[in-house]
Amino acid sequence: MNSPASGSVDYLHADRGIGSWIFTLDHKRIGVMYLVGIVASLFLGGLFALAIRTHLAIPGLTHGGSSAVPTASNPEPVATVAPQATAGQDAVAALAAESEAATAASAVQETPKRYLLTPRQYNQAFTLHGAIMIFLVIIPGIPAALGNFVLPLMLGAKDVAFPRLNLASFHLWVIGAIFFLAVLATGGLDTGWTFYTPYSTTTDTRVVTAALGAFILGFSSIFTGVNFIATVHMLRARGMSWFKMPLFVWSLYATAVIQVLATPVLGITLLLVAAEKLLGLGIFDPKLGGDPVLFQHFFWFYSHPAVYIMILPGMGVVSELISTFSRKHIFGYRFIAFSSVAIALLGFLVWGHHMFTSGQSRLASMIFSALTFSVSIPSAIKVFNWLATMYKGSISLQTPMCYALAFLFLFGIGGLTGLFLGALSTDVHLHDTYFVVAHFHYVMFGGTLVAFLGGLHYWWPKMTGKMFNDTLGRLGAVAVFLGMNLTFFPQFVLGSRGMPRRYFDYSLLLDRHPEFAGLNLLSTAGAFLTLIGFLTVAVCLAHSLWRGRPAPANPWGAATLEWQTSSPPPKENFLRPPVLSEGYDPYYLDDLEYDNKTGAYYGVPLGLA
Amino acid sequence: MNNSSALVTPSALVESEGEHHEHPAYVAHHFDSAEQQFDAGKLGVWVFLLTEILFFSGLFCAYAVYRGNHPEVFVYAHHFLDKNLGALNTAVLIFSSLTMALAVRAAQLEQRRALIVLLGVTLLCAFVFLGVKCVEYRQKWEHGLLWAGRYHPAHHGEPAEGPKGAVEPGGVESGIGGEPTPSTPEQAPTYLLQQVTSSEAVSADAPRLVGAFFSIYFAMTGLHALHVIGGIGAITWLLVRAVRGDFHRFYFGPVDYVGLYWHLVDLVWIFLFPLLYLIH
Repeated sequence: MNSPASGSVDYLHADRGIGSWIFTLDHKRIGVMYLVGIVASLFLGGLFALAIRTHLAIPGLTHGGSSAVPTASNPEPVATVAPQATAGQDAVAALAAESEAATAASAVQETPKRYLLTPRQYNQAFTLHGAIMIFLVIIPGIPAALGNFVLPLMLGAKDVAFPRLNLASFHLWVIGAIFFLAVLATGGLDTGWTFYTPYSTTTDTRVVTAALGAFILGFSSIFTGVNFIATVHMLRARGMSWFKMPLFVWSLYATAVIQVLATPVLGITLLLVAAEKLLGLGIFDPKLGGDPVLFQHFFWFYSHPAVYIMILPGMGVVSELISTFSRKHIFGYRFIAFSSVAIALLGFLVWGHHMFTSGQSRLASMIFSALTFSVSIPSAIKVFNWLATMYKGSISLQTPMCYALAFLFLFGIGGLTGLFLGALSTDVHLHDTYFVVAHFHYVMFGGTLVAFLGGLHYWWPKMTGKMFNDTLGRLGAVAVFLGMNLTFFPQFVLGSRGMPRRYFDYSLLLDRHPEFAGLNLLSTAGAFLTLIGFLTVAVCLAHSLWRGRPAPANPWGAATLEWQTSSPPPKENFLRPPVLSEGYDPYYLDDLEYDNKTGAYYGVPLGLA
Repeated sequence: MNNSSALVTPSALVESEGEHHEHPAYVAHHFDSAEQQFDAGKLGVWVFLLTEILFFSGLFCAYAVYRGNHPEVFVYAHHFLDKNLGALNTAVLIFSSLTMALAVRAAQLEQRRALIVLLGVTLLCAFVFLGVKCVEYRQKWEHGLLWAGRYHPAHHGEPAEGPKGAVEPGGVESGIGGEPTPSTPEQAPTYLLQQVTSSEAVSADAPRLVGAFFSIYFAMTGLHALHVIGGIGAITWLLVRAVRGDFHRFYFGPVDYVGLYWHLVDLVWIFLFPLLYLIH
């Protein structure tokens, strides 16, 4: 096909046969396999999301049937210590009062409501949606799929430092995914993705299988982290000092630090939960002298930093996109680089903000609240630097840039609404409502997933050697953007008016809040618009594989090293290892000239031999 | 860490480009030199050890919380642990760390026979450690001194040493030699009876929730034992490679890496021993 210049075969055609993929040590192939697995998981998790939203579209068709209240609707135990009645509690009280009346009524008239899911299925749907999306999709999404492919290329290296470990990490990911599928096949899981004790140690669903699956996925994540740290330290091209690394590499490095330091704590916690369930270990069981709140501390000690495992690589992608498509040097390179590291470090100090209502002392809550606000400083530094990069830039709205702009907008909303949840007084009100759901979806979906899509389109020509149809790509981006907003913006309104999250049936809340019905319907419509967006993306990318024109080496005109080799790259990445001189700058774009005929950029970036 | 590679002068570049062509078999294709490969491996192992420390730190944290919540349980229950066996195991592990360190030296100096012997001794120590651990676990098992969910002490809940530290002849500690304690000749009283005796013990002089201590004990020593087993696998692999003659002065990384891991396993035990066995 389009073999690279000097006759060497590209990595896709270097070896043949399924075995040459499954047991490959080539970071590019491992990245592609990760990509396939992650996209499959994304669709599986998306199906659960659609099931939830369809179920909630219409609140129970008739009023006053037997609404079995889901047992695990609220796994956050020790619910609210705060004496003030929150909006959520208000609604709970209303529900409780009316459900008594309802059960009395149902004795008389047997008109069961029609639901899409049973209460148990509903609990399982939101649990598996969360667990699959977090453990299988967004944690490995950018680092393991895109990062694996791009990191060595960006550094001018032949591979990651430990190719076998890299392959092992992918195999562990597959085994972890199989565990999750086993959970699905053998009885599901209804604890919420958080595995909160004591519910997780008493439910009859497959907690042990799921916990072991997540444990294995944790090790996959740790191996990737170890690998990336060693790669960044040891395998940079000659002449590439730390401050000549692309910002995506900085973000992957900061991510790897979190993966390595936080994930083992989740590992031991999940092992303890499994041991508790299997053997009655008792570490989290108050009856046996254990402490369930300790579980929450352990869990969030991992899972809050894990939020930055998810978002930091996304920020790295956006740093690349904004500079390239604004045809302008990135503004504030060092600030963006250091803010990644700052986010990684501060991220370890804020886990208590998940536990404001879990019986934590007031002093601890105040300290965690204050520390939480400190994370917004490096995040804002990044956002303002991106805006400054675009200022007076020559912005071209190609597909990746559309995603980058969507990221700015959505992450802005997601980040700012985080302040309401970080502040003690408002969080007590908003705790466990749809406001929280909307907030983290704006960050995780609007941030990470949108950045993932942006990065996927950006590096797609490099990975596959094919250009996609830019119009169709942009259409997909717009649909995802609109669908995402339509799904989750109404949830901010719902949450601030007190609609609790994880409720199987909200029809009894409608007497006080008739607007909940319309808002939920809007949200469900948004979910289907999002589906259309994702399908458009899938069609666009699949079409490119069949019909796309061959990709040039540098279709977007970026100066980072991955664009200095052919698309797709040869097996050894570079025919000649790149050598950088003093003047190299990964964001100096002025030496690259666009050629209209070939639709590609030509020229060698400054300082590249 | 490797700023040197970032700051190389152009002339050095040319030289290393020249070197590049003679690529010895023990250097993986994506590394430029044996030194770079060794440094990368060492960095990777240190980072991995960091994850191991955090892995254990969850349990150390749980230990601190429970000891803070139930100090009387820890003081009471630790008398059931055998200090002598614990001390023996500590000595065995420290000695094995020494032999491991000497093994690394032997690998660097290309002393193949010494390397094999030292690795063999280290392996032996690991097995001795596990053997002693098995004896200890068996004693706990026989006396029903298991984690909280299975904590049914078989005898009257009297610790071998009373709170004053006096050793009682019929206590658990006399069971070291493999003899079951005389007070429990019939090992299988009914489950119900055990319940009664244990609750009796609770009402008599034992604090409540003694099982919490054994939960922590089994979780921490069990996880540590798993790491010893992992170490046995790694050292066996080294032994095979040493016999094969893979290691020489330019390639001894794996011995060094496993050595670091083994020292960490040793170090964790050095913390576990006083925290669990030597409480006052």
